[in-house]
Amino acid sequence: MRWLAAFGPALVLVAVILAGWELACRALAVPVYLLPGPSAIWAALVEGLPLLLQSAGATLLMAVQSLLAALVAAAPLALLGGLSPMFRRAFGPLAAVIQVTPVVAIAPLFVIWAGLDHPERAITALGAIVAFFPIFSGLSTGLNSADPDLTRLFDLYGATPTQRLIRLSIPSAIPFLMEGLKVGAGLSIIGVVVAEFVAGSGGAQGLAWRILEASHQLKTAQMFAAVFVLGVMGAGLNGLLNLLETRLLKVWRGR
Amino acid sequence: MAEVAALRNVEVSYGGRAALGPFSLALSEGEIVALVGPSGCGKSTALRLLAGLEQPTRGEVVRAPGRGETSVVFQSPTLMPWASALANVALPLDLAGVRPGEAKERAAAALARVGLDEASRLKPAQLSGGMAMRVSLARALVTRPKLLLLDEPFAALDEITRRHLADDMLRLWAESRPAIVFVTHNVEEAVYMASRVVVMSPGPGRAAGETLVDALVPRPGQFRTSEQFRQAAEKVSADLDRSMASRVA
Repeated sequence: MRWLAAFGPALVLVAVILAGWELACRALAVPVYLLPGPSAIWAALVEGLPLLLQSAGATLLMAVQSLLAALVAAAPLALLGGLSPMFRRAFGPLAAVIQVTPVVAIAPLFVIWAGLDHPERAITALGAIVAFFPIFSGLSTGLNSADPDLTRLFDLYGATPTQRLIRLSIPSAIPFLMEGLKVGAGLSIIGVVVAEFVAGSGGAQGLAWRILEASHQLKTAQMFAAVFVLGVMGAGLNGLLNLLETRLLKVWRGR
Repeated sequence: MAEVAALRNVEVSYGGRAALGPFSLALSEGEIVALVGPSGCGKSTALRLLAGLEQPTRGEVVRAPGRGETSVVFQSPTLMPWASALANVALPLDLAGVRPGEAKERAAAALARVGLDEASRLKPAQLSGGMAMRVSLARALVTRPKLLLLDEPFAALDEITRRHLADDMLRLWAESRPAIVFVTHNVEEAVYMASRVVVMSPGPGRAAGETLVDALVPRPGQFRTSEQFRQAAEKVSADLDRSMASRVA
C-alpha cells in the first residue's frame, strides 16, 4: 500500500499523458515518422528488444568502466590534495577547467586519438572525464570536512600525518565520496551517450548509435524506443546507487 | 604543591583584535579550577593555551605534562561518528601507539568507570546526549591525564543530566586526581565542582575575582543547600556583576 501511495500519482499522470498522446495521434492522423503514438513505440520496443538490450548493455558497460576509471584517477589526486595544500592550489584550477569544458567540444579529439577502429575507448575516456569532477570534488571536500574539534584532539594527542589521514580524513570523506559517485554515475551515462553521438560510428554499438541509426532511416518509433530504454537504464542505476548509499551510510554511522 | 600548568600575563589577539588578557592563572596538582565569564571573554582561548593547542601573542605558557598527559573535553562530545564507543575511547591510546589489545582493554575499563560498559559497541548516533558526553569523558580519562581541560562540557545537556555528570566527574577526579580547569557560564555548577572559581571580565578577558570553595570532594549530599555553597555562589555572582558593570562604565 505504501508503494502505491508513493508511486500511484506518478503512474496515473503517465497513464493520462500516454492516453492523450495516443488519442491525439489517431484523431489528427499524425504521420508515424513525425510522431508515433505510444502503441507504435511499444511495438517497436518489443520488436527491437534483443538488439536494444544488447546496446544498453554496451552503453552500461562503457559507463561503468568510465566511472571506475574516474574513481581510480580522482582518488589519488584528492588524497594528494588532502596531504598537500600546495598541490591542491596547483591542481584546483585545472580540475575546474576540466569540469567546465563541454564533452562535445573535446570528443572529436579523443576519437582521433583512439583511432577509428576503437571508438569505445574514446567514449569511455570521455565518460571518465565527465565523471571525474564530482568524484574529485566530493572527495576533496570530504577529506577536509572533519570536525575542527576532532582535528584539535588529533593535534593534542600528537597524531602523525598518516594517522590523521587514515583515522580522520578518509573516514570523514566516505559520505562525500558516495554522493560524488552517485552524481558521477549519472554524468558518466550522459557522457558516454554524448560521446557516442559525436563519434558518429557504429563501432561501439551503444544506445546512442541505435538512436542515430533509426534517425538516419527516419524510423522515429525506434528512436523513441531507444530513448525509453536509456531512460529506464538511467533511472534504474540511480535507484540502485541510492539504495547502496542508504545501506552503506547506515553501516557507517550505525543508524 | 607542584605547578602543573600556568599562564603568565598572556595576551591573545586575532588579526589585531584583542581576545584575551593580560591574564594569569597558575594551576597546582590536583586542583579543580572553574573559569566563569560572559561569552566572548576568551575562556575557551585560555583553555586552548593551557592545552598547548594555541600560542599566545604575548606572555608565557608553562606546561609540565608531556604528550598524552593533557586531555580536553569539548562542549559537544566530538566523537568519530563512524566508530563505536569503544573505538572512540581507545583513540588516544591508538594514536600513542599502544598495542591494540591493551588499548581495547583500557578503553573498556574507562567506559565501565563512566557506567557505559553495556554501550561499548554502539556508535555515537545511537547514544543519548548524556551518554555521548560520558564517552567523551571516558576518552579524556583513558590516558590517566595530569591535566584535564573541559570547555563548557555540560552546556548542551538538561539540568538533571548535568547534575549527574557533575557528581560523576568529581568521583572520577578522586580516583586519579588530575588538575582540572573547566569553563562554564553557570555559577552554581562552578561552585559545586571547583575548589577555586576564577571570574573573568568581558573580552578581552582579565581576572576579575577569585573565590575559594574549601569543601569535601566528592561533595556531600546536601552541599547545594549549605550555607557555604550559598555564600560562595553569592561572592562569584557579585564578582561577575562587578566585572560586567566596569565594562559598561
